[in-house]
Amino acid sequence: MPVLSEEIREQIRAEFPNYPNKRAVTLPALHIVHHALHQVSLDAIREIAELLELHPSEVHDTMSFYGIFRTEENPYGKRRVWFCRSISCMLRGGEELMQQMCEKLHVHPGETTADGRITVEFAECLGACEGAPCLLVDDECHVNLDEKSAAKLIDELR
Amino acid sequence: MPQFEPVLLARIHKADSTSLEGYRADGGYRAYQKALGMAPADVTKMVVDSGLRGRGGAGFPCGLKWTFLPKDHPGPIYLAVNADESEPGTFNNRILMEQDPHQLIEGIAIACHAIKSEKAFLYIRYEYGRSYRTLFKAVQECYAAGLLGKNIQGSGVNLDIQLHRGAGAYICGEETGLIESLEGKRAWPRIKPPFPAIEGLFRKPTIVNNVETLCCVTHILDRGVDWFKSMGVKPDPNNPRDPGSYGPKLYCISGHVNRPCCVELPMGVTARELIDVHGGGVWKGRKAKAVVPGGISMGFLSADELDTPLDFAGPGKVGCLGLGTAAVVVVDDQTSMVDVLFNCCRFFAHESCGQCTPCREGTSWMRKILDRIRSGHGKLEDLDLLLEVAGSMGIIPGTTICGLSDGAAWPVKNAIKKFRPEFEDYIREGRRSITPAQELMATH
Repeated sequence: MPVLSEEIREQIRAEFPNYPNKRAVTLPALHIVHHALHQVSLDAIREIAELLELHPSEVHDTMSFYGIFRTEENPYGKRRVWFCRSISCMLRGGEELMQQMCEKLHVHPGETTADGRITVEFAECLGACEGAPCLLVDDECHVNLDEKSAAKLIDELR
Repeated sequence: MPQFEPVLLARIHKADSTSLEGYRADGGYRAYQKALGMAPADVTKMVVDSGLRGRGGAGFPCGLKWTFLPKDHPGPIYLAVNADESEPGTFNNRILMEQDPHQLIEGIAIACHAIKSEKAFLYIRYEYGRSYRTLFKAVQECYAAGLLGKNIQGSGVNLDIQLHRGAGAYICGEETGLIESLEGKRAWPRIKPPFPAIEGLFRKPTIVNNVETLCCVTHILDRGVDWFKSMGVKPDPNNPRDPGSYGPKLYCISGHVNRPCCVELPMGVTARELIDVHGGGVWKGRKAKAVVPGGISMGFLSADELDTPLDFAGPGKVGCLGLGTAAVVVVDDQTSMVDVLFNCCRFFAHESCGQCTPCREGTSWMRKILDRIRSGHGKLEDLDLLLEVAGSMGIIPGTTICGLSDGAAWPVKNAIKKFRPEFEDYIREGRRSITPAQELMATH
């Protein structure tokens, strides 16, 4: 039984005409799989490699370089919350904000809440320094946060 | 002095700033029409004559870069748009993409006409989800309106724009790292030469340009070379290699100021004016202790260097690496430089791609040494050790492939040179400033 559904495979194949070769579809394919399955397992890597006519090690080499992809040992939860820890956020309390939310959710950075709802992570500069401290929910940025507004935001995540 | 009228940010507060209709109502795509009526070489000449220098960090003359492409190449030639804005403190490209995507698309289209490219890849960092969705919609609007695709406006010119999302790696902002990443590989920068203009993406001639640079191209075509050269800083007559710093520039102001913001001003504004006038002053009535002039890779200005003009040449005159991304980060006088430098070192240790040993090991050791100092176990000799490590990594000493390493070393060099007594006092007093929040991230 393959890990990648026909729908996922179709989405990956639809990227082929956009690039001069299939290898360039590696990142788009990883994003598609990761988004659908919240992880990229070794089986998924093998199936992506087959679609892209690559060796699985080539796909793994690329995937393991980038910060956002998670493996089958450590899939992300329903929502992913990233706290910026770089300089502008750090100067305005970003690190403490992350600590407060970790305590609230009973997790360490990188972990997922027991109910599988939220994965908490730190990120390097999210490019929203005018709104420091900021965080990202999945790929949407929220700015000018404090303990209260961040807690409210997180409570409302489903 | 008359009030400066923004051009790049002129539309960002409009209700329909992102729509094609709104953009056209403000004269949008007029510059592209004009460019399509010109020979590609003439468009390039305009950009060369304008003196436009790349806004992404290195400040390389944009038009000159375009002239490095091989003549009469059968193609394909690619444009890779660098929208991997990741330098800490920098957010101007994000504002341009989120608030006025067509300004960028027009710049891309003009550049592609000039360099005879029929395909542009826009490499956008994953974290910029809103920018991605805004651009995606804007590109679709352009296809529907015949501004992208085949035989654009009956000109015989073809152009496709492909959006490509990154995956969380700072090094993808280095132009050959970006190219490797686009090809589906780990983003390890390439040894140059060959430069991308000769052999770049998919081994074809490629131009890599930053978002703000391309937005400037739109206005250079629309308003002309003289307009662009009417602002900024002229070349230093005593330095024949200085091309000057012309045009408007987006400055980001963040950290300990009352009103963090992005502001458009003629090149060459001082750090002091940015902080006091545009950033509303240092917060809580405090004074600035240190100021990052252009993203943390550029190092620090001390409090008595705030009158430094932020043009391409200014920061270098006071020992910084350069103008970088013109992202100003203010550190107030209640903040420890040891903590600030640790934050910088942690960033680079996390973001070194690992290809070159001096960078991989150097960034990691600098972080560890700062960590030791902040645990109260630092020794005075650690400061010279940090300088020794910092002095032996980078393109400048000639030990690495790309400039990430120079950028990692610079805040260390500047901090210890300009704030040494503070570091010495910290170590002598056996102070400790690691916070519980940082312990949560201790091994990263």
